Amino acid sequence: MITEGSAASVPAAASPDRTDGRSLAERIVGSSAGDRVYVAVITGFAICVPLLLVLIFWEVAVAGWPAFREFGFGFLTSSNWDPVQHQFGAAPAIFGTIVTSLIALVIATPLALGVAVFLSDYAPAWLRQPVGFLVDLLAAIPSVVYGLWGIFVLIPVMRSSVMPFLRDTLHLGATPFFRGPAYGPSMLAAGVILAVMVLPYISAVSREVLLAVPRSQREAALALGATRWEMIQKAVLPFARSGIVGGVILGLGRALGETMAVTMLIGNRHDISASLFAPGYTMASLIANEFSEASDDLHLSALMAVGLTLLVLTLVVNGIARWLVWRVARRAGGLP
Amino acid sequence: MTIATRLLTIPALALAALSGSATAQLTGAGATFPYPIYFKWFNDYAAKTNVRINYQSIGSGGGVRQISEQTVDFGATDGPMSDAELAKAKGGPIMHFPTVLGADVIIYNVPGITRSLRLTGPAIADIFLGKITKWNDTRIATLNPGVNLPNSDILVVHRSDGSGTTYVFTDYLAAVSPEWEKNVGRAKEVRWPVGLGAKGNEGVAGQVKQTPGSIGYTELAYARQNSLAYAHVQNAAGTFVEPTIASITAAAAGAKLPPTTDYRVSIVNAVGKDAYPISSFTWLLVYRNQADASKGKALKDFLKWAYSEGETSAAALDYAPLPGDMTKRLIARLDSIKTP
Repeated sequence: MITEGSAASVPAAASPDRTDGRSLAERIVGSSAGDRVYVAVITGFAICVPLLLVLIFWEVAVAGWPAFREFGFGFLTSSNWDPVQHQFGAAPAIFGTIVTSLIALVIATPLALGVAVFLSDYAPAWLRQPVGFLVDLLAAIPSVVYGLWGIFVLIPVMRSSVMPFLRDTLHLGATPFFRGPAYGPSMLAAGVILAVMVLPYISAVSREVLLAVPRSQREAALALGATRWEMIQKAVLPFARSGIVGGVILGLGRALGETMAVTMLIGNRHDISASLFAPGYTMASLIANEFSEASDDLHLSALMAVGLTLLVLTLVVNGIARWLVWRVARRAGGLP
Repeated sequence: MTIATRLLTIPALALAALSGSATAQLTGAGATFPYPIYFKWFNDYAAKTNVRINYQSIGSGGGVRQISEQTVDFGATDGPMSDAELAKAKGGPIMHFPTVLGADVIIYNVPGITRSLRLTGPAIADIFLGKITKWNDTRIATLNPGVNLPNSDILVVHRSDGSGTTYVFTDYLAAVSPEWEKNVGRAKEVRWPVGLGAKGNEGVAGQVKQTPGSIGYTELAYARQNSLAYAHVQNAAGTFVEPTIASITAAAAGAKLPPTTDYRVSIVNAVGKDAYPISSFTWLLVYRNQADASKGKALKDFLKWAYSEGETSAAALDYAPLPGDMTKRLIARLDSIKTP
């Protein structure tokens, strides 16, 4: 079975060019002064971006350091955020960030995959463009508009129908996750709005990846007598797996950092609660809420420390994602 | 256009720019709450005098930070600077000049109740402390005889973003409730014992409008412009007062300030029969020792204009003007700003 062998095939493709011990690129670079300037310029551009990340990291770390020095590890584990008493613990915000992002992925991933498979393999040609375009358009809606829609449409529906249905009709109130009064603003509401917001990212990436699966792959499966569903399940999806994981990670990155819509729907409460009906907090909304009015040095430093924590969390999540993609790709490569 | 005329226009433009810079330009930053009235003042004043004032409504905290770092000519804040903040400020002593008055109103959504509820300070404090949890609690019921209060839970809604509105509200609760002062305190952002946080006045109002059984607070201007129902609150003299422009100005008039005051005073729970108790000044922050003679003079002239003419346009924008005798004292106080 053909798999993603691009990484392995690059050296092989490059080798015929190494006629004089230099790569094709090296020989071109050596050819004129203009090219050297060009290389210098684009190298500069390329270095600028990682440098910017390092600078941001450095500045946020320096600004947040006093809070870490003051509270130590307790900054990450304490739930006490009290600007009056100068006590700052970011645990509820860290918890809320992760929980809302996970809810978003749990809801959005199957939906987005469904959309992607439909568009790549099932949709008639005339439907493919408009549906794909409309799904992509979800990504263009400003997040404050999502927030307003959430306040005026989503929350009333959640409060009057969805939450009572989950808690009472499905008897999920017996579990600790769907307990308590249904006010509306909650981690669940924030997670649902995030799901809508990350869906276009996951579906766009997955669709492109599915469309890139070679036709021969599909034909081979069909020739072996597979039904359409078996073809997708056994031949197409495994081939596209690492790309799909990449799309999900892109969506997760968006969910972790989303600020405005979440602030408007999560209830902004410094509590860790198992119930998804309870209000919570996220790191991004904490910074957005308090930064403009924080004049006390330690308060500002604590907000910077929250920013640093969010940055590190995002980097770790991306690292895990890369590792996952790499592992999945390797395992796919081991298929017969 | 020929090259010659183009060359001629360049010095002409430069001259125009120079003459433009001869009129003073001031930069300020700070509170968002008084921004609408400041915006009107700065526009009216620019039309009258050519003094242009550029104001960024970045929040009171930002205003305090920026004047402390000397990056603006004046700051603006809804909560007075603390002694520690004043001591740390670069650029010498900072003076507080109250400009207009604002107030917080208590908004609520109790199904079936259309008339204004009456509330006392301690009752409001206990609701926001989570000690009164039902609408038909006897402490609310006895204040509102004849009102059929439901046996439903109270949902507290507060601001999630740091805000001068929250400062005034918590300042009031701390003044009327020792428990609030001890356990929560007064600040632009506090650790709320109960409730949901919503962003901005519009967030709190939206949440209260939608949730039966909820209670929250917004600034008066916002509540009036959106026709929200709000409570009559008992003041220090024992009367239940409706928040109006007049009752807020009365709160400032009731504050008997000593002649040497620096105006960093709270007027919550003010004495006076007609005073609305959840009222507050909002301040401009000015260096006592101005570094630039022309800017210093422009700033003093502007403040003088604001106190004499600007105040009259406050009520139209739902801000309460300062009492007349206070503006006279403040105009006299402008002389203590030193210009080189």
